[in-house]
Amino acid sequence: MITRSERRSRRMLQVAGAGAAALMALSACSSSDDSSSSAPGSSSGSASASPKLSGTVTVFAAASLQESFTELGAEFEKQHPGTKVTFNFGGSDTLAASITGGAPADVFAAASAKTMAIVTDKNDTAGTPVTFVRNQLEIATLPGNPDKVASLKDLTKSGLKVVLCDKTVPCGAAAQKALEASKLELTPVSYEQDVKSALTKVELKEADAAVVYKTDVKAAGDKVEGVDFPESAEAVNDYPIALLKNAPNAEAAEAFIALVRSAEGQRVLGEAGFLKP
Amino acid sequence: MTRLDESGAAARTSKGGPRRRGARAPGRRGVPLPLLLPGIVALAFLLLPLLALLVRAPWGSLPELLSSTEVWQALQLSLITATAATGVSLVLGVPLAWLLARTDFPGRGVVRALVTLPLVLPPVVGGVALLLALGRNGVVGQWLDSWFGITLPFTTTGVVIAEAFVAMPFLVISVEGTLRAADPRFEEAATTLGASRFTAFRRVTLPLIAPGIAAGAVLAWARALGEFGATITFAGNFPGRTQTMPLAVYLALQNDPEAAIALSLVLLAVSIAVLAGLRDRWLTTP
Repeated sequence: MITRSERRSRRMLQVAGAGAAALMALSACSSSDDSSSSAPGSSSGSASASPKLSGTVTVFAAASLQESFTELGAEFEKQHPGTKVTFNFGGSDTLAASITGGAPADVFAAASAKTMAIVTDKNDTAGTPVTFVRNQLEIATLPGNPDKVASLKDLTKSGLKVVLCDKTVPCGAAAQKALEASKLELTPVSYEQDVKSALTKVELKEADAAVVYKTDVKAAGDKVEGVDFPESAEAVNDYPIALLKNAPNAEAAEAFIALVRSAEGQRVLGEAGFLKP
Repeated sequence: MTRLDESGAAARTSKGGPRRRGARAPGRRGVPLPLLLPGIVALAFLLLPLLALLVRAPWGSLPELLSSTEVWQALQLSLITATAATGVSLVLGVPLAWLLARTDFPGRGVVRALVTLPLVLPPVVGGVALLLALGRNGVVGQWLDSWFGITLPFTTTGVVIAEAFVAMPFLVISVEGTLRAADPRFEEAATTLGASRFTAFRRVTLPLIAPGIAAGAVLAWARALGEFGATITFAGNFPGRTQTMPLAVYLALQNDPEAAIALSLVLLAVSIAVLAGLRDRWLTTP
């Protein structure tokens, strides 16, 4: 009953399965490598007076920090040879939930005090979080602004497809605050799970406009056009950063936080469009 | 034995009634340990997370958590879209399965592999691909928009499309397996007696493979009900329009884990109820 093509396709499935298993084994290997290399690094670091940093620093950071933190991570690896910075960018609330759920991370940089509070409430931070930048909202429209969006009120025009961040995400909470402050009712087509997916919908021209951060508009280059609106002053987000209590590589993590707060770090973040704290 | 192998796991339960009974008898005499132990571990591994969900469920505040309109909206939307996606899969997937199983055309193996691609593709990638194809600015979508004024992203139809995209391969593979296991001589006899090939399909093949189609449809429905990645990417997230249960669970998990657990319980209960109900009606009849 088995024809040749069937047998072939079944073999193909087997090969695919073996490939997937091999990939899993590989990734398992690499992650265990990371932890074993970081553990001795941190212990030898605490023994010597001037710590030689090594190992991996795992940074959980808000999606809006992606470009500037990636740059700072490369800078950190250059300053401290032998270290590696790995990032997990996402919605701050998702990151906070995974940290309180026990995800192994050294540093948490959130896009709002509220999402940082989720972590501090569970006593998962070592020390008090400090605000290192602030960010303001901006409207992102299609290139050339074909719908002539000039204000927050213009977004409430019927027929315009607007995406907002979900209210649980800092950019969504801030947008809600700005809308309430200006007493506007805005029905978006979608509440996106983080600021980058909101922006992507405009970049792909599926939505006409999105309320995102200034920094995201800047990072998107000419794929979107930014429109400032005065109400955004009502909803400026503080970005807190904190060392986590169960940080596997606390010393390197502290050095990374120091870099973010240094003049060099502030320069990179300022260029990305962030405001000084 | 090869016939059983061909017809996918679900089809096997549907067709293997009498055969299985025959196979079980010698197995009872002694279960080999190398099979028994991993088997029990596998069972525990699959059931433990579900048990944890039940143990940690906020039973006291459950009625309150579940009485919100958002929950019912999401549940209703999930059931409607999953059923619609299954319908789409049936209408389009069964003919495709028939083509793959009963006709011979060049490159059939490639087509068959391409059909299974959505099974291995990360759903989010599927969602992006759907945007690029059917989005307002997509390869096909731009014509839909300018000719008919139809835009699919951010609509309930978009949810159905995203779910059908990931669920249809399950149905196609399952039905194709059943078709291959079914004896083609019945169809041949029908055509010899003067029936057209389509009549033979309708009157002979369809009744013959009905249990396989049912099993495939249940698989597709279950997959569509749990769909997350392609839906949130292609259709977005708006309560009542595109926010299905999995999306509601994901977003609730962010700020209210208890609500997320409650929502998950509802989804779990609905799935178990439907699967159990269908099992009694269709899947166990030979």
